[in-house]
Amino acid sequence: MSFTEDQITRYSRHILLPEVGGKGQKKLSQAKVFVVGAGGLGCPVAYYLGAAGIGTIGLIDSDVVDLSNLQRQVLHHTPDVGRSKTQSAKEKIQALNPDVQVNTYEERLTAHNAREIIRQYDVVIDGVDNFPAKFLINDACYLENTPLVHGGILRFEGRVMTIVPNESACYRCIFKNPPPTGVVPTCQEAGIIGVVAGIIGTIQATEAIKLILKIGQPLTNRLLDFDARTTTFREIRVKRNPSCALCGPNASLTELIDYDEPEACAI
Amino acid sequence: MQLTINGKVESLDVSTVLDVLKAKDIDPQLVAVEVNTQMIDQENLGTTSLKENDKLEFLFFMGGGA
Ligand SMILES: [Zn+2]
Repeated sequence: MSFTEDQITRYSRHILLPEVGGKGQKKLSQAKVFVVGAGGLGCPVAYYLGAAGIGTIGLIDSDVVDLSNLQRQVLHHTPDVGRSKTQSAKEKIQALNPDVQVNTYEERLTAHNAREIIRQYDVVIDGVDNFPAKFLINDACYLENTPLVHGGILRFEGRVMTIVPNESACYRCIFKNPPPTGVVPTCQEAGIIGVVAGIIGTIQATEAIKLILKIGQPLTNRLLDFDARTTTFREIRVKRNPSCALCGPNASLTELIDYDEPEACAI
Repeated sequence: MQLTINGKVESLDVSTVLDVLKAKDIDPQLVAVEVNTQMIDQENLGTTSLKENDKLEFLFFMGGGA
């Protein structure tokens, strides 16, 4: 595959970078990234990945756009209220960059479909709002040996970590199991300053691009916590946990768990 | 004793990790604890003794994404 003149112009600022160049841009155009959730995190992630010329972006979300989403879910515009989030997101990404193939899945990620979908992608982005789904994504990515960029946001804070299966700590190395339902607030309950979604989402997109280009140091074995109130980042070193039920030497989890999903958690 | 908790130096009258959680009124179910970069299993919180200048990280669940 070679680039057209327009594509060379479109991606010229990437191609200028020695770490990217024409070769790297080609890698991006052949890459497939799966974004779970077309909400606060999923929107900036997919928007920037689309602009960057990622060849295929998969978007899964079963929700429709709500007026209360627009404060942070930047791919959805006022006329989209009531429309499917994946359709709304797909339109904006393709208006920005028609080179991008956007696969939409208007459903929830479950223990039944997760591995089969994830298998088709090179990198997965966690942009979901509930713990059962975060554990499901972590487990499915490990079992499919697919790198995952984990993200979380709440109130004025956000967190990112990249997980390369068998190489770096997974989500379960830190958190063994989802917390009891209802004890940890969601954005819906506790609020979120919209811009934090953009900050964390663009870091997640950066991690995906680095993984695809194999440049720099991935955010592995490091949990990056951001606090917008003080504009501080804190990096917490983590490592693979020998007692991890998923990726430890005595792992007991060999298939996906269908946790009881909490009621509609505005993914 | 003096401990560094989430990057901040604090002086607490405690001997185990569980004591710290109790002193700070933190539900052990809601936090992952690292002592000097070693994850501590929940069942060992009460038996993990701390010493002067240990570095603790309390990692709370952060679930949002939407
Ligand atoms: Zn693990």
